Amino acid sequence: MPDSYQTASRGFTLFPRLSGAAISGILIAIFLMAFLILPVAQVLYVAFLDSRTGGFTLQNFQDFFNTSLFRESFVNSLYVSAMSVVFATLIALPLAYITTRFNFAGTAAIQALGIIPLIMPPFVGAVAMSLLFGRNGSVNLLLNQYFGFRIPFMEGLNGVILVQSIHYFPFILINLSASLRNIDRSMEEAAQNLGSHGMRMFRRIVFPLAMPGYLAGAALVFIKVFDDLGTPLLLNVNNMLAPQAYLRITGVGINDPMGYVISFILVVFSIFSLWASFLFMRGKDYATVQKGGGGLSRRDLKPREKWLAWGVILLILALVLSPHLGLLLLAFGTIWSFSPLPDGFTTEHFVTIFTQSSQYVWNTIIYAGSAALIDVLLGTAIAYIVIRTGLPGRKWLDYMATAALAVPGVVLGIGYLRMFHGVQLPFGLGQLSSFWGIIIIALAVRRLPYALRACMAALQQVSLSLEEAAASLGASRTSTIRRIVVPLMTGGILAGFVTSFATAAVELSATIMLVGRASDAPLAYGIYLYMQSPAGRGAGAALGILAVVIVALGTYLSQRIIERERIRQTMSHDQH
Amino acid sequence: MSQTKAGIQIEDLHLSFGETKVLEGINMVIEPGEFFAFLGPSGSGKSTLLRAIAGFGPTPRGRILIGGRDIASLPPWKRNVGMVFQSYALWPHMSVRRNVAFGLEERRIPKREIGPKVEQALETVGLLHLADRMPAQLSGGQQQRVALARTIAIEPQVLLLDEPLSNLDAALRVQMRRELLALQRKLGLTTIFVTHDQEEANTTSDRMAVLDRGVIQQIGTPQQLYDYPENAFVAGFLGTANILKGTMQEGAFITEAGQRLPTSENVSGANRIVLRPQNIRLASAGSDGDIVGQVAHREFLGSQIRYLVDTPDGRIVIDMLHSFGQPPFAPGASISMSIDSRSAPLLVD
Repeated sequence: MPDSYQTASRGFTLFPRLSGAAISGILIAIFLMAFLILPVAQVLYVAFLDSRTGGFTLQNFQDFFNTSLFRESFVNSLYVSAMSVVFATLIALPLAYITTRFNFAGTAAIQALGIIPLIMPPFVGAVAMSLLFGRNGSVNLLLNQYFGFRIPFMEGLNGVILVQSIHYFPFILINLSASLRNIDRSMEEAAQNLGSHGMRMFRRIVFPLAMPGYLAGAALVFIKVFDDLGTPLLLNVNNMLAPQAYLRITGVGINDPMGYVISFILVVFSIFSLWASFLFMRGKDYATVQKGGGGLSRRDLKPREKWLAWGVILLILALVLSPHLGLLLLAFGTIWSFSPLPDGFTTEHFVTIFTQSSQYVWNTIIYAGSAALIDVLLGTAIAYIVIRTGLPGRKWLDYMATAALAVPGVVLGIGYLRMFHGVQLPFGLGQLSSFWGIIIIALAVRRLPYALRACMAALQQVSLSLEEAAASLGASRTSTIRRIVVPLMTGGILAGFVTSFATAAVELSATIMLVGRASDAPLAYGIYLYMQSPAGRGAGAALGILAVVIVALGTYLSQRIIERERIRQTMSHDQH
Repeated sequence: MSQTKAGIQIEDLHLSFGETKVLEGINMVIEPGEFFAFLGPSGSGKSTLLRAIAGFGPTPRGRILIGGRDIASLPPWKRNVGMVFQSYALWPHMSVRRNVAFGLEERRIPKREIGPKVEQALETVGLLHLADRMPAQLSGGQQQRVALARTIAIEPQVLLLDEPLSNLDAALRVQMRRELLALQRKLGLTTIFVTHDQEEANTTSDRMAVLDRGVIQQIGTPQQLYDYPENAFVAGFLGTANILKGTMQEGAFITEAGQRLPTSENVSGANRIVLRPQNIRLASAGSDGDIVGQVAHREFLGSQIRYLVDTPDGRIVIDMLHSFGQPPFAPGASISMSIDSRSAPLLVD
């Protein structure tokens, strides 16, 4: 029993004396109810309400499927998500295969390749991609000039698919490579011993064993693309579900039922694909590496294969780095239109953003910083309550916090707008739904699942006996937490903070609906505003570069912290 | 199942991992139908040698003949040697039946023949009733049998077992090794069994090769190796041995401390003598004996009592059968020891 040193409750009292943990648990539960469960539940509920009478109806869904624009959006969203999974797989599969199966000098480069796309939010690169791959972008201008044809990389939905698959393929790459590495080499040797080899063996043994990891990655890509608002919006592709929800709510109004119907569909698909990926993984822990074993057997590449491998990798590298390259050109270019490269180069855009738009940067630091702080506080408290106390219903804190994973940003935004619309704040702060503080709360709720996982992992590393030792030496529970548990969790908490901060800093889908006025807007919203007009693109790109730097630094820092923590852990284990 | 018995010949085999030499000058002949063990400590190269026969690991130098055909340059999937892996390596995404059918399918055997062959193989290991389970639903011993069935289903020319019992608990290990031997006798398959456990090798194998540091130390039946070790390593690795240094003089062995031990053979240049703990008789001081000493420590093991005795040549181990009610020698007691001259082999370094 984790709380065996706690005194058992003696009988029934009308006002039970609550422990600190119980009070924290109740406060957290209230917070999650108010800012996650109720707003989202309300959105789902409103989807079934008649907007005039307020009675229960399925009419809204009928209207939805009777409107050709919505039918088209629904099909488009499914199509774009599925195709993004296909293209992301085409990018990830060769990389995973080459790095895990062969002795290949480029393995480190490919691993770097695996995280580069993640440090740039997809909508930031979207405009840069149009300038490189669009109808009159660099690539098509050159193709047209030398070969007389163009390829519609960025036409309509193609653009969304291209940008999303380049951005999200690392989810498949990371999961697939991990599964491939976890296959013990004896699995393969047994197949060879029984007469199998080459592609046939790969198809029958290796790939099926890696399948759960692949499917988990693919489900993640599918749902991220399905829910994404920023990329289609910036590419001006409006006939998809998330943009339609946004446009209906901001254009037609908060009472238009279509936004709620779309939200309902988005949530259902999110839950469905999370559930599906859970099913794929369940009972299929194929991690077969034995002691003394070690991953798939690697072999050397023959010279011709080596050239082929490098060719494939360089092609993918060029594709994956093109949003970054495009963004750099855009940020440092003067005028870039109907030409393969900008006319000239300048640092003017950076001067512009620092003189005119520094509020975006400050807002971002305040919002993302506060959100990350809330996340680690809640994360640590929830982790402690769930793992170390016997409070009834404690698991529900974890479930509630994690449920945020299944809530698309648009839906949370709509939920806040609906729920807090008429709520007036004191001190002349205006309505709660347009108060800047609500952005912080939205960001905190959205990133909480990730921070919570980091804190849970950190707490699980802290041996219970260390706490019991403190308790036996007379420390109270509060002082044990403060002096023993939290210091030992520092690394994990810090990593959770940095990840939350870096990803919250470039969040667009929830914030875009909650920004009341430009002076309250964060970086991501600023990029969106700038990118609306061709004249503002340079400055938008400069802001984008800033965003990339923030995320990259954040990612680097959290990796460093995790690494250092790991070394510290192993060292302390060695002393046992 | 009709198996073709094939012998194995290994000729001057060398193998290295990069700069590290792992096997050096391996020569051996394994007879058709023989149960042969590779015995050695970890790092001795026994598993590497087995894997080289199956075609895994770096390409060795030298020849490996199975049934007279040199297979050293063939890829693993063309060798037709069946290997049972230490970890069993059952594929978790396939049922027992599909695991066993795999090798037959790869050999493009007609479908209608595969079913009966799979059932026969599972019948042989007594697991036909579990054919539709997934590997994760089986116990360790059952997984082991499936791995065995999967291997014998392809009717290999030789059967290779890589530490097959090491992942089982002690009681099951004894049972499984008997079953393995019974199965091998029934099928008549030439079998190589890799183990670091001398008891396993002794109880199962017709003959065995003791390996150390990539070199074969000695080949022979378990009893030959125990009774007539050719070097100190073999003597010490098989059972417990007291090895005393000294020289041959006038038909007797004189230890470094000058004690005279009778020998039945006269090996010129012998400089070590091997005394097995159970071949030394203990008596109280003053009786006729070859060596004198003092009991330093005593362990009661039930059927026997193990004494550690300090002698002028160092501490030696002596086992005495325990008979009912007989009082043991106390620590500190002075004793004399006599040696049965036929049971003390001599070694030349």
